[in-house]
Amino acid sequence: MYTAPKFKRQTLALACACAALFVGTEALAAGAAAAANAPRAGAPRAEVIHWWTSGGESAAVKQVAQAYRAAGGVWVDTAIAGGDQSRAVTVNRIVGGNPPTAAQFNTSKQFFDIIEQGMLNNVDDVARAQNWDKLLPEPIVSVIKVDGHYYAVPLNIHMQTWIWYSKAAFQKAGIAKEPASVPEFFAALDKLKAAGIVPLAHGGQAWQETILFSAMLANLGGKDLYLKVLRERDPKAIASPAFRNVLLAYKRLQSYVDARSPGRNWNDATAMLISGKAGMQIMGDWAKGEFTAAKQVPEQQFGCIAGLAPNAPYLMQGDVFVFPKTRNAQAVQAQKLLASVVVAPNTQLAFSKLKGSVPVRTDVDASQADACAQKGIAIMKDRSRHLGVSEVYLTPDQNGALQDVLTAYWNTNMTVEKAQKNIAAALSE
Amino acid sequence: MSRPIRAVTPYAALLPMALTVIVAYLGTMAWTLRTSFTASRTFPSDKFIGMTQYERLFDNERWMLSLNNLALYGLLFILACLVIGFLLAVFIDQNVSGEGVLRTVFLYPYAMSFVATGLVWQWLLTPGTGIDGAIASMGFPDFVFDWIVDQDMAIYTIVIATVWQSAGLVMALMLAGLRGIDGDIWKAARLDGIPTWRVYVSIIVPMLWPTVATVFLLLATSVVKLYDAVVAMTQGGPGTASEVPAKFIMDHLFLRSNIGLASAGAIMLLVPVVALLAPYAYARSRSGRERGRA
Repeated sequence: MYTAPKFKRQTLALACACAALFVGTEALAAGAAAAANAPRAGAPRAEVIHWWTSGGESAAVKQVAQAYRAAGGVWVDTAIAGGDQSRAVTVNRIVGGNPPTAAQFNTSKQFFDIIEQGMLNNVDDVARAQNWDKLLPEPIVSVIKVDGHYYAVPLNIHMQTWIWYSKAAFQKAGIAKEPASVPEFFAALDKLKAAGIVPLAHGGQAWQETILFSAMLANLGGKDLYLKVLRERDPKAIASPAFRNVLLAYKRLQSYVDARSPGRNWNDATAMLISGKAGMQIMGDWAKGEFTAAKQVPEQQFGCIAGLAPNAPYLMQGDVFVFPKTRNAQAVQAQKLLASVVVAPNTQLAFSKLKGSVPVRTDVDASQADACAQKGIAIMKDRSRHLGVSEVYLTPDQNGALQDVLTAYWNTNMTVEKAQKNIAAALSE
Repeated sequence: MSRPIRAVTPYAALLPMALTVIVAYLGTMAWTLRTSFTASRTFPSDKFIGMTQYERLFDNERWMLSLNNLALYGLLFILACLVIGFLLAVFIDQNVSGEGVLRTVFLYPYAMSFVATGLVWQWLLTPGTGIDGAIASMGFPDFVFDWIVDQDMAIYTIVIATVWQSAGLVMALMLAGLRGIDGDIWKAARLDGIPTWRVYVSIIVPMLWPTVATVFLLLATSVVKLYDAVVAMTQGGPGTASEVPAKFIMDHLFLRSNIGLASAGAIMLLVPVVALLAPYAYARSRSGRERGRA
């Protein structure tokens, strides 16, 4: 799951309570298991901080815990509701000198400063043994490998810009074939509008607007422009007519959302697709969980489109574990064991199946995955289509500044030239 | 007890509080000021970069918009709270029956966390449901109340909700002030045949001045730290329309790993507080001294 935004505010209190309960019961369970197995002296004990507290997520992380126990380790679960909160606790504990054995971050530059400060252990042994250079997609390697050392182990890959559509709405609007190019996509939106359906279900929050922008940049601008703008932060590319077109297309999407979208949560937007009130939504693959919960099946009640061109980029994000620095030999052993367990094909598949993501490696048995995940795994095999989300290339600060501009451009009558200028300024820091 | 020990005792008793003030308040303030001159990101750094963070701050459109919003919000919020709070206090002061119940009702919003009531307000204000939906279903299908999703009106929904929360507190303080006024003044005014409203405007309000000053200070500090209402109701949206400085600071502190810029913002927020507080403290200390002399 993509951390905080997914978090439903209405369930805040409940989630906190559940998290507290979860930590409690998990600790009890761990204690009971340890007692039953008669604690082996010297078994590598790993305390793991993460924010997988919702139903599907906690089921997913239990798969990792089980695999770790099966490999002879002792798993101590520290679940903290909310990504921001969880990361803040991790950083505070690292600074305070009482770090966990491993901690969750997003596959992004969130932990770059911690690496730079020399506060993480590397897992080069495991990476070399499993040949991560060849095994893992380049955008993921680019954030977890710094100065030739691997500092994190990836758990999964979420694709941020899936286009979900309601088959019922498409039928009502007379759309026979799912759009396969940007013009076809806009034509479909027009048809939905004409049929009196909300063409694009959208939650008006800054991060969701950034997803729409990323979708346009990747599908309309293409991989080269995407990297020039977000990785090189090239002012010339940002001032180019091609990028101007991307921004115009992004803004054009706004004419297809309903007036009540501002502030809406992403899952409420997905619910509009489920009920057939809206036609399409651009959202990460965590949205699949909402369809599944409503007993809808991919390719039957709803469809998923990965990109609007035959070689459209696959925008990756996901979760990793980092390993805070420690000199305790046993803790280092636990960190290495966890790293190798996490990348193992079975763990990857079991975790992603419950999480709605896809494994970081393509040499897994895809037949177990659902139809949309299978599409994703197939695309992943083409390394030229690998691309990261904006957070993979930008610091949290730059990414936030970009979001501010994008959401202001979306919501106000800011001109496209001004947006280009402001984006250049946001990325120049 | 010997004389020297007795002389030292009050200072010893004050020491814990003094230490708290020096370390926890002044110390963190000094640390924030120092951090605001550095290039700190996730961690505090020793790389000093002068005023760069401040320059960046005032080049930032979101920060400037936040300041604008805060000024507009502050003006409306304080005015509305003072007027409504005062009127409520006057109303209760008319010896209405059930005063205890009414007082509790008006003060109740203040006793609840805004994180919870803010969500309720959000539901109430969401177009299609809440107030908008309720009135539409009562037979006015054309009724639209969509301020919370409107660029230009979102900030006013925050004013409405926070006035609802704070007016009760203002009422309680004003009521205490009204009750402190000598009954003879009312009797004298009645003998002279002065209309009630005139007594309030010309006599009571000027006499309530110290209470008003206290209330103003309380409200002003709650304006500067406005955060929970925005997060619960609009998350700064639509777009950046209802962003406020405290949210800018929190976002940069925790989400965007830029404690340098966040510290610069925090220092800039401290400036108006000090500007408000200093004259007040000065006036208080002067009047205290004069009273001491008399």
